[in-house]
Amino acid sequence: MDLQIALLLGQDGLTNGAIYALLALALVLVFAVTRVIFIPQGEFVAFGALTLASLQAGKLPGTVWLLLALGVLIGVLEGSRAVRAGQLRRLPLIVLLNVGVPLLLAGTLIAVSPATLPLPVQVLLALMLVVPLGPMIYRLAYQPVAEASVLVLLIVSVAVHVALTGLGLLFFGAEGSRTPPFTEVSFAVGDALLQGQTVLVIVASLGLIIALYLFFERTIYGKALRATAMNRTGARLMGISGTLAGMLSFTLAALIGVLSGILISPITTIYYDSGFLIGLKGFVGAIIGGLASYPVAAAGAALVGLLESYSSFWASAFKEVIVFTLIIPVLLWRSLKTTHVEEQ
Amino acid sequence: MRINARIGRLLAVLAAAFAVTVHADINVGVTLSATGPAASLGIPEKNSFALLPTTIAGQKVNYIVLDDASDTTTAVKNTRKLIAENKVDVIVGSTITPNSLAMIDVVAEAETPMISMAASSRIIEPMDAKRYWVFKTPQNDAQMATAIVEHMTNNNVKSVAYIGFADAYGEGWWNEFSKIAEVRKIQIVANERFNRADTSVTGQVLKIMAAKPDAVLVGGAGTPAALPQKSLKEKGYKGMMYQTHGVANADFLRVCGKDCEGTLLPAGPVLVAGQLPDSNPIKKAALEYVNKYEAAHGKGSVSTFGAHAWDAAKLLASAVPEALKKGQPGTREFRKALRDALEATRNVTAAHGVFNLSAQDHLGFDQRARVMVRIEGGNWKLVQ
Repeated sequence: MDLQIALLLGQDGLTNGAIYALLALALVLVFAVTRVIFIPQGEFVAFGALTLASLQAGKLPGTVWLLLALGVLIGVLEGSRAVRAGQLRRLPLIVLLNVGVPLLLAGTLIAVSPATLPLPVQVLLALMLVVPLGPMIYRLAYQPVAEASVLVLLIVSVAVHVALTGLGLLFFGAEGSRTPPFTEVSFAVGDALLQGQTVLVIVASLGLIIALYLFFERTIYGKALRATAMNRTGARLMGISGTLAGMLSFTLAALIGVLSGILISPITTIYYDSGFLIGLKGFVGAIIGGLASYPVAAAGAALVGLLESYSSFWASAFKEVIVFTLIIPVLLWRSLKTTHVEEQ
Repeated sequence: MRINARIGRLLAVLAAAFAVTVHADINVGVTLSATGPAASLGIPEKNSFALLPTTIAGQKVNYIVLDDASDTTTAVKNTRKLIAENKVDVIVGSTITPNSLAMIDVVAEAETPMISMAASSRIIEPMDAKRYWVFKTPQNDAQMATAIVEHMTNNNVKSVAYIGFADAYGEGWWNEFSKIAEVRKIQIVANERFNRADTSVTGQVLKIMAAKPDAVLVGGAGTPAALPQKSLKEKGYKGMMYQTHGVANADFLRVCGKDCEGTLLPAGPVLVAGQLPDSNPIKKAALEYVNKYEAAHGKGSVSTFGAHAWDAAKLLASAVPEALKKGQPGTREFRKALRDALEATRNVTAAHGVFNLSAQDHLGFDQRARVMVRIEGGNWKLVQ
């Protein structure tokens, strides 16, 4: 292994590590605010990438129908609750928000051929299609059991993950897709070429992390999320709605997932079930951060990416073994270092 | 009340009588991997069963298709269920080798013939008391590997790097390929693995590049096999590229795009059916399948995997009339006779080749069952 190979591997590891770091941040965020271990996080990566790919292939992505179906379900749920409470005035808004908007989106997609639109518009459409699924899933699957134990929430997560993977196979088929790169620029590093797209991934991830930092530090909603993460009961006493915090954290998690998917789909093939493994590696990063510390989680995820890259060079057959074995010493170290407090 | 009980008993007897007539249909139990990692192979197989004729030799045929989710335990469970509850006369499946190997014990115990749609030769070799009941339709990996090595020696390839799936498929290809390459004095300079869902193979690709091989063989199936090839191109690799027949579907061409121009692979003749010479008997049989499939699922939708299911039905179509002479469907005699008739298959032309089975060879393909194909202009081109 000469210096050039070492550098290329390092660059590759950091590219993947940046994506894992984004997912690790989303996992920490969701867990801190809602105590949900969000296994379906990776599905948003796959759904985002594949929705964009089907838009570019001129096909109507199946996520439209999922959005519509979830919208109708929530509309019925909220609508019947409003009727029971006698608040008939709220009905039009509920219907408009949950059914009208998805219908409008579906109508737009059928009316214009998305394949001819410029790339930024396609990306925007993919975001509009997939990101709302985050809060919708929270509303349907997690909000009714929001006060349950971590274990129950984890089991719900597994169920949501399995359901979404199955739907992914139905929507996008078994074969994978790639999207064209955002930039064709490439730099010569010694004899080898460095693709502009991989640099873009790292830069965009860093930008997103900074944006998240500013959101948590500077905005009232970000502060509300931090307050909920710190002390749920205390935050509620101060007038911060637990439901709103949950919705918001799931929206952010979905947004991060979809953006990650859109960023990496030009450099790798994404399948309907790719998300799980990507999410799991982000999870290893999040575990290194104890599901609590954002900077440690991001650094851990970068470490996972680097470890993966170098181990694929030295012992490609054992790559996954090496990456996931990392979690054992980390857990050992954490359990020795911290005193365990029983939940609830 | 007593009258009611009597009527009930009468009805039960009648139902039993009807059940016997129902069982006179031939029941074909199918377990395939329409979901899970092997879904890209299982789905076209599943689609192919919907195209099959519903009668053989005047007898009605019921295809009972179950999904095993590419999971070994489920495949075994499906097989037991098909045999115990549906009283099937023959099992077709599964899509992948690990599942098929696990099913052998079950079908042998129940004395039911089985036709696998998976590639490994271990499913039917070495022949023993259990594999006595087992047949398969896809070409053996060894046969395909020989075609690749032959092409390599003819084109002056001295050193090869291998990168394959870190699963049964990649491992099976490595075993066959390394064995044959060694005999033919081709040096293997790198042996790497990657996973189906990997987002990057940069490490493996850099290692391969450092070894400077004349050619690279990718042992993968479906669109995932495009990733190493695209990475190699990206990093400036200029040598020859070989893929296996596992990539022979339209999605691979879509994902790999112009990076796959010039790639060589062995495949069943059905992949290039239209380009076969008219003198080749397989052309007609293969085109029949291609036309049927594309009429139902659209142009360019056909893959070689579904044709393995079609070929299994071809074997049955030739064996069932013989077996019907010996016994009624649903009986032990019929299953035994069906097995014997399958083993006695001679000169049955199917989409992938010509079947000539024997007691020792439960596949029965010859050299006609494989062709070398090159990717040119985003299409499969037969290499003469």
